[in-house]
Amino acid sequence: MSDANLLLAVSAMLFTLGLVGVVVRRNLLVMLMFLELMLNGVLLSLAVFTFLLGAEAGAVLMFLVFVVAAAEIAIAVPIVLLLVRAGRTLDPGSYAGLKG
Amino acid sequence: MDGMLTLLVLLPLAGFLLNGLVGRRLGTGFVNAVGVGIPFLAFGVALWAWRTLEAGDGAPIVETVFTWAVIGEYTFEISFYLDRLSAVMALIVTGVGALIHLYSIGYMKGDEGYARYFAYLNLFLFFMLLLVLGRSLLVLFVGWEGVGLASYLLIGFWFQDAAKARAGRKAFITNRVGDAAFLLGMFLIFTFVGTLEMDRINEAVGAGLIPVGVATAAAILLFIGATGKSAQIPLHVWLPDAMAGPTPVSALIHAATMVTAGVYLVARLSGVYLEAPAASTLIAVIGVLTAFFAATIALVQTDIKKVLAYSTISQLGFMFLALGVGAYGVAVFHLFTHAFFKAALFLGAGSVIHALNGEQDIRRMGGLARQIPWTFGTFAVATVAIAGLPPLAGFFSKDAILWYSVASGQGGTVWLWVLGSITAFLTALYMFRLLWLVFFGRSRMEPETERHVHESPVTMTGVLVVLAVFSVIAGWFALPQYLAPLLGTPEVRFAWGGWHLLQVIFAVLVALLGLVAAARLYRDGGRPADELWQRFRGLERVLAGKYFVDELYDRALQRPWRWVSDRVFLRLGDRLLIDGSLHGLAALARWSAAAFARVQSGSLHWYAWMTLFGLVAVLIWVWRYV
Repeated sequence: MSDANLLLAVSAMLFTLGLVGVVVRRNLLVMLMFLELMLNGVLLSLAVFTFLLGAEAGAVLMFLVFVVAAAEIAIAVPIVLLLVRAGRTLDPGSYAGLKG
Repeated sequence: MDGMLTLLVLLPLAGFLLNGLVGRRLGTGFVNAVGVGIPFLAFGVALWAWRTLEAGDGAPIVETVFTWAVIGEYTFEISFYLDRLSAVMALIVTGVGALIHLYSIGYMKGDEGYARYFAYLNLFLFFMLLLVLGRSLLVLFVGWEGVGLASYLLIGFWFQDAAKARAGRKAFITNRVGDAAFLLGMFLIFTFVGTLEMDRINEAVGAGLIPVGVATAAAILLFIGATGKSAQIPLHVWLPDAMAGPTPVSALIHAATMVTAGVYLVARLSGVYLEAPAASTLIAVIGVLTAFFAATIALVQTDIKKVLAYSTISQLGFMFLALGVGAYGVAVFHLFTHAFFKAALFLGAGSVIHALNGEQDIRRMGGLARQIPWTFGTFAVATVAIAGLPPLAGFFSKDAILWYSVASGQGGTVWLWVLGSITAFLTALYMFRLLWLVFFGRSRMEPETERHVHESPVTMTGVLVVLAVFSVIAGWFALPQYLAPLLGTPEVRFAWGGWHLLQVIFAVLVALLGLVAAARLYRDGGRPADELWQRFRGLERVLAGKYFVDELYDRALQRPWRWVSDRVFLRLGDRLLIDGSLHGLAALARWSAAAFARVQSGSLHWYAWMTLFGLVAVLIWVWRYV
């Protein structure tokens, strides 16, 4: 039980770290990495609960989320690359003009 | 035969549709054939219907066209009702109407709206026949509103002239006041009687099924409706202005037929008025006052049509006087004779105006007798008829009215008779004044006008002759006796029959006095009269200003209402409440949109922070409340 609590605490810490990173860092690539960190935190808690409840479907869901996250990052990185090619900077603040 | 009355009513409607839709394209010949042919056809059908009625010894013919509505236990039918009263009215409407249509060919020749004019005139005939033949008050009311519409359209026929369009509106709006009361009266009757069919209403009220108070209230409300249509005090103000329309229209609508609809209504519902003596007294008083005041105004008017307009109001007052003292048949008798001589007078005036190329001011006429003899002859006959000299039509009907105004057991009093006799004198005076100023004496015309004076074409003079003949003989039909089975005559208060003879002699003397006075005062272009008026300047001003009733209404009604409309309805209601609330909503939307637009700054970090705050807020909320 305490193992599970420990793992959940780690998951919360990962999520918080990721969140703080997304908020404070000004580099798009680093922000994407922190986003992945947040996702991993959430997935860790999903794994813990899957194990605790003995629901195999949870494990399947985890892999599905990984696939989606991989696809997502595969789109996000080229976008960032294109942005950098156009704007010569990784600072998201200089792309504020892209708002709708 | 079945469908006879429906045919009679629908013929003019067909004329309206034909002329209104295609008349303009098919030319004058078609317009004449339809616009004039159909009224004569309708007159033929009316004669046929009357023959059928007489063959059945006057038993009412009822013709149901269709059922309009069934609501619970009540059925509303469109049905026509022909008895002697509506037959007389239908004959007047189609007969005089057809003649005036014929006259219009000459009068309206070359007018831009020729087809439109005949279309409107036929539309008027349709609604008037609906009014006269309707069995139910509902059908009558449809006709009542319809003739109001036709009247509005024809008064404002030359609508490019703002004053004429305004006169049309004035007529329409004044009539709405009366119509509101008419509707209320209808509701009241329906609530208590449960039907709107007039013969049944008469029966129910006559059988005493209705409390006297209710009958009186309904009678007064319906009479207020009648004062609107028939131009009685206090709703008489529209009729003089209505003279803005073409003269044949004044003759047909504003003299012979439509304005007598109020008289017809009261006569038709005589069963109600017999049970409501208070309402009858009111009618007699309003009638005699209207007759008197309109006659005094007619004395000083200088527009030939305005004189005739006030004369019409005055004669309608006589009819209401007769209705008020219970002599319903006599009122219809006067309506009948009046239709002929007043139509003749108006059409004669139209012929004069036609001859003088649009001149209407009698101060710039004079000496026309020799130049337009046919017009003069017929106008003179009609003048003698309206003045009440025997043996012409007006004498018989007016004498009967004066006799019953004092002798009737249903409210006849001496002062009604006195006022009526003075009015009869004034009638003779102002009508002979008109005759003298227009046709006798030296010419006061503009030289340019005088050179072009010409007698009207035969379609006009022919109609004048026919109407003049009827102005002579119309009084010889004993109409009150003919209508007696429907409209009883009141019992006479005086035992000695010789009183009536004295009254007849007196009435003739009064009319002769008017003739002599007019001949003395208005020879020489009216100079003796002008000298006489010099001594009564104040009185003349009051009469020429028509007792300032228009000004009074302006002060007492129009201005307060304009103020209320402006301040309360326009500024407070429309601009502040309605516009204000809408504008306020729009401003709120704009303001909040601006506030939310600021949130979407495009800064990724700002979005992330907001997500963070949102998450924290949700967490706190969940932790505290769930």
